[in-house]
Amino acid sequence: MKIHYLDNSATTQVCEAAADAAYKMMRENYGNPSSLHKLGINAEAVVEEARRIIADSLSVEANNIYFTSGGTEANNTALFGATQALKRRGDRVIVSAVEHSSVYESAKRLSEFGFDVRFAPVDKNGVVDIDALKELLTEKTILVSVMTVNNETGSIQPIDRIAKLVHKRSPEALFHTDAVQAYGKMPLKPKKSGVDLMSISAHKIHGAKGCGALYIRDGARILPLLCGGEQQKKIRPGTESAPLIAAFAAAAEHACSFSDSSCNMEHIKGLNTYALDKLQTFDGVSVNSPADALSYIINISVKGIRSETMLHHLERYGVYVSSSSACAKGKRSYVLEAMGLPDDRIDSSLRISFSKYNTTEDIDALIEGLKSGIATLQRR
Amino acid sequence: MQEIVLIKLGELVLKGLNRRTFEDVLIKNIKYRLRGLGRFEVKIAQSTIFVTPLDEDADLDDVCERIAQVFGIVTFSRACVCEKTLEDILEKAPLYCREYLEDAKTFKVESKRSDKRFPYKSPEISAQIGGKLLETCPHLKVNVKEPEVTVTVEVRDFGAYIRCATIRGQGGMPVGTSGLATVLISGGIDSPVAAYMMAKRGLKLNAVHFESPPYTSERARLKVERLLKQVSRYAGSIDMYTVPLTKVQEAMRDRCPEELFTILLRRVMMKIATHFAEQTKSGALITGESLGQVASQTMYALNCTNAAAGKIVFRPLIGMDKQEIINISRRIGCFDISIEPYEDCCTIFTPKHPRTKPLMHFVEQAENEAQLDELIEEAIAHTTVKTIDF
Repeated sequence: MKIHYLDNSATTQVCEAAADAAYKMMRENYGNPSSLHKLGINAEAVVEEARRIIADSLSVEANNIYFTSGGTEANNTALFGATQALKRRGDRVIVSAVEHSSVYESAKRLSEFGFDVRFAPVDKNGVVDIDALKELLTEKTILVSVMTVNNETGSIQPIDRIAKLVHKRSPEALFHTDAVQAYGKMPLKPKKSGVDLMSISAHKIHGAKGCGALYIRDGARILPLLCGGEQQKKIRPGTESAPLIAAFAAAAEHACSFSDSSCNMEHIKGLNTYALDKLQTFDGVSVNSPADALSYIINISVKGIRSETMLHHLERYGVYVSSSSACAKGKRSYVLEAMGLPDDRIDSSLRISFSKYNTTEDIDALIEGLKSGIATLQRR
Repeated sequence: MQEIVLIKLGELVLKGLNRRTFEDVLIKNIKYRLRGLGRFEVKIAQSTIFVTPLDEDADLDDVCERIAQVFGIVTFSRACVCEKTLEDILEKAPLYCREYLEDAKTFKVESKRSDKRFPYKSPEISAQIGGKLLETCPHLKVNVKEPEVTVTVEVRDFGAYIRCATIRGQGGMPVGTSGLATVLISGGIDSPVAAYMMAKRGLKLNAVHFESPPYTSERARLKVERLLKQVSRYAGSIDMYTVPLTKVQEAMRDRCPEELFTILLRRVMMKIATHFAEQTKSGALITGESLGQVASQTMYALNCTNAAAGKIVFRPLIGMDKQEIINISRRIGCFDISIEPYEDCCTIFTPKHPRTKPLMHFVEQAENEAQLDELIEEAIAHTTVKTIDF
């Protein structure tokens, strides 16, 4: 059966260029980038070239990019590293109520450590309530973290505006944004936007799992999470994963092609419109993503059918999506809860997410699966 | 220095004429459990099973870990093999016991001479060895009443053995000596514990699991496989029958009164489990039911469920509190798997207010009206089997 992979916000298929790059680093250019000999220098050259490519994609300098094991580590480094460095300047930490768990749970841990952690509420579109945020920003605030694009709904946050606000009201604070779902999918210019720290990940843009990066603005000081060698200016010690980093850069160049990112964007917008047109003809299907969400993600609810049941039903059609709420025993999506959705909508929500490899055929398969699911699964 | 494991037989000794069969099964089970760890000689003499590694690099820690999970063993110990001369025992004792005595303050030596041809009597052996150990470990004191370490020297028919610690086994009876039974297994905490407890009484197991895709996930089945794999460390290999129940449950949803869903489902499960019990010549069903735990486990509901079973139903947890069950679940390594959150087929279409005192009359009437038999046949026909082993 043909695979219709519509779960690209969970992870993506690695593109050929990235897989080739990783393979080459594993089999041929396998030196330790820190070794003094030729093999080490060759590997280091690739890592540094990758750093430059990633930096270019964000319009920043290479020395501001630190490779990590992925988005979760980048987010943890930002939250724990910044609060450790700034704890003498204040104790307030603000994160939005719809952050990814790697920020959300880190914030809760900071609260256990004694920081004054506040969660900024969002409106019905999942966008941070600016007035409420203003209220929370104090001179004692040392870190604010608001994601660029929400992973469940695709809601886009006004990052530029929030960054400006944070720096005006809380001069000591660093502003971090988790841009894992945005990177490669919309233009990002952290330096210009006033972002101090930005997390990105490779495997959401056809790179490999286990690799990501943290952008750290010049002069923004954070303490490293890990102690070890001298790699990456001691901010992230440990032998660099040269194969995954090479793949990351290849993916960033080939899969997102920033030079003409418009092509990708047009394609995804086309898929998004095509899908929404069809979905809106269904009785009982409601769209949870706001109208101005990132085109890569559509969150819907199918009335009366638990997310997990529909997810497994769609599997039979070769259609792969994800459910934001695991199951009856599992946790409910706090993101959809924060947006004020009623429980039955949350329990029946599904996330459809695209990549450049998708076609309208995938969406037709999804629609067919939903149709038969609604016919046979509904009731209770 | 050759180290072996000595296993003392427990309850087995009481079993009169059946004893030989029990011993044979136990030896077979031990051999099976040791597979993958190297080559071993496993033989019985004088009410003791001797496990002798035949490979140089055998790891006795691993061997003991496995033996500690075999039913039918009350205690066992590691022992150093000596020639049957006092000289050899005196030479090996300080070397072998050092590890145990280094951190101890007090000890005593006990000797058992079952081979009366050995020229020294037990107290003499003890005195000589005690003296030698005191010589090599001057920090030690002898304490006959409450020693930290008891060094035991046994002079038997085929050799002499020194051992320093006794390890508790699982107890119970060797798996297979009581026959074969069929456990109804869900992904919860209770049924794996019930399976473990009945295997402890000597039953070999097979298992029936029900799934309802797409309402239940493939992960739910994989979770059950992992649970059974854990249970199989104690119970030996288990054949798992996975029964697709989607159509039956959908039909119940469409045709039966909501408050009877749970009880009707339990009865269907009993019927299907009975079918596989008969097919596999298994003599009983096992469930993890505990009185009053949920609506389907009231005395009244259990009566209704029980009536659908064609075999005796063993319910080893019937009188236990949840916490007691959890304690066993943790001890046997199932708990962390059981609490993973996947939907199982008992929790879909659950009525808001299940009947806690279902009347047999109404249950049977609902069952007849729903005409589930054909769908049950179909579910049985589509059942898959997989052998689960650690």
